[in-house]
Amino acid sequence: MTVFVIRRLMQAFFVVFLMSVIVFFGVNIVGDPVYMFVSPDADQADIEAAIRRLGLDRPIWEQYFLFLKGAAQGNLGDSFVFGEPALKLILHHMPATLELAFSALFLSIVIGIPLGLFSGLYPDNPVSKGVMAGSILGFSLPTFWVGLMLILLFAVELGWLPSTGRGDTASIFGIQTSLATWDGIRHIFLPALNLSLLKISLAIRLTRAGVREAMGQDYVKYARAKGVSTSRIIFVHVMKNIMIPVVTVMGLEFGSLIGFSVVTETIFAWPGMGKLLIDAILQLDRPVVVAYLMIMVLFFVLINLVVDILYSILDPRVRLQDQGA
Amino acid sequence: MTAVLEVSGLKTHFFTHAGVVKAVDGVDFSVNKGEVMGLVGESGSGKSITGFSIIGLIDQPGRIVEGAIRFNGDDIAGAPEETLKSIRGNRISMIFQDPMMTLNPVLRIDTQMMEAILAHEAMPKRQAWERCRDALGLVGIPSPEERLRAYPHQLSGGMRQRVSIAIAFLNKPDLIIADEPTTALDVTIQAQIIYEAQKLTKQTGTAMIWITHDLAVVAGLADRISVMYAGKIVEQGETDDVIDRPLHPYTVGLLGSVPTANNRGERLFQIEGMTPNMLALPKGCAFSPRCGFASEACQVPPPVEQVASRELRCYHPQSQVAAE
Repeated sequence: MTVFVIRRLMQAFFVVFLMSVIVFFGVNIVGDPVYMFVSPDADQADIEAAIRRLGLDRPIWEQYFLFLKGAAQGNLGDSFVFGEPALKLILHHMPATLELAFSALFLSIVIGIPLGLFSGLYPDNPVSKGVMAGSILGFSLPTFWVGLMLILLFAVELGWLPSTGRGDTASIFGIQTSLATWDGIRHIFLPALNLSLLKISLAIRLTRAGVREAMGQDYVKYARAKGVSTSRIIFVHVMKNIMIPVVTVMGLEFGSLIGFSVVTETIFAWPGMGKLLIDAILQLDRPVVVAYLMIMVLFFVLINLVVDILYSILDPRVRLQDQGA
Repeated sequence: MTAVLEVSGLKTHFFTHAGVVKAVDGVDFSVNKGEVMGLVGESGSGKSITGFSIIGLIDQPGRIVEGAIRFNGDDIAGAPEETLKSIRGNRISMIFQDPMMTLNPVLRIDTQMMEAILAHEAMPKRQAWERCRDALGLVGIPSPEERLRAYPHQLSGGMRQRVSIAIAFLNKPDLIIADEPTTALDVTIQAQIIYEAQKLTKQTGTAMIWITHDLAVVAGLADRISVMYAGKIVEQGETDDVIDRPLHPYTVGLLGSVPTANNRGERLFQIEGMTPNMLALPKGCAFSPRCGFASEACQVPPPVEQVASRELRCYHPQSQVAAE
């Protein structure tokens, strides 16, 4: 296990390095940020001064080398727009995105798994058929449109829930979060629901498929032949088996929840990393874009690692050190 | 001797879109205390469905349409689920065919054994655990404490089937239904498993129904043999009688196709044709299209006849063939 984790961390380091090359050079192809920051009537000397100030006068490979040198020391460059370290900006916006992503994950699990379980156990029930039809909608409707409809219905028409912002935040373990106040929870509900809709559908389908498969297995019939109660068969024998694919997929999808939050955050004006990224792209704030992407890569690598470890805990047949590098 | 189980006129049918499959169609037999009955037949003859009917584990679209299953005197055919649940694994337990599939891959052996006890009896976990450990020791599993902590994939096929046998005997049932328990195992392991099962039935006085397609397996194990074909028992009697003097042409064919030391190097006998389509059974005797002795009379289903100590469904008993 320890060997496995160390090996995976080394792989992660390599992946992050590779990504840094792609991201850094990729971002440098798009647009010229200098003209975003100098006034339109600036003369040539002003422009050149700005270029020097941003470090853009040096050759690209030298810029990259400086970036790497900084990155090794935990400095991903300063934002062109705010003049602050990009990393600090992102970390400042991260709790908002994480609480949104975690809330969405929570919703998809507490809504998706029970619905999937029910429709898997009673596939011919009209409710199950309704749930399955709903999950198709959840998969196919575009997130931004659903977000707008949610705002229209719950915020504009009914006026039940607020449509923008985080609301009041309070501190839990030193982290400012909306989840600590009632007003914050009211604010987070709509965006979290919007973000989780796709994952709820995914959880429903995964759980249902798993339950239907497991119920036909010999070990279920055998458990019945032992006189084991139906609830124990469902919640111990079946659930433990279907949690393997569900945890794997939902875990891996957590990364995409953070990624997808870009759309949801934009619609609900949620002050998270996604909104920061969109603003940074529009303003060609290269260091922020690069830093965001680097952190996302790190996130994905870490999530994959956690999922692998969880997987080995859930499925006794999996032994991590057996896997090749 | 008292009968633990008396099955009479049992019919289990499956109502599929293509038609009604009469998987079990009028089966009568009884099993006495401590007796081992071999239920022999080809795939699809209804022998497994008979076993599942007894413990009430017939799933949609199948159901028991007729007949009585008297277990210790009470008819349990169509009994409420709660009654059946208290009998399953407790008074009647079952051993399945493939130990790879029947043990849950993600639960430890101790979990899967203890639940069989705790489902029927409230007791401290420690006590249940000790009973499981002793049961594993009884079926010849070395260092049972360690095996209890293992997951199924860490055990060999034979070891897993021993675990199933241990589970079957855990609650000292009156009857065990063993559904092809040795089919998935290789021959040496098969012999050990049969030995363990036989030893335990003798020790505990448990009755057993051993379902198999292999006459050679039950020949040495069973007290009585019932041969099933297309949902009906075609011949039933004491093991020695059936093996030495088979009466039904189907039994004769089955015995002829078992390799023995005497027919080494020769071509084995083969019953012609295929098992019948259960949706379109032949008129009269279901075996008649494959039978070399079929006559006009076979167009009418043969009734059960008592021939000596045996029950037979055939117009053409083959005693002379067996005498060869």
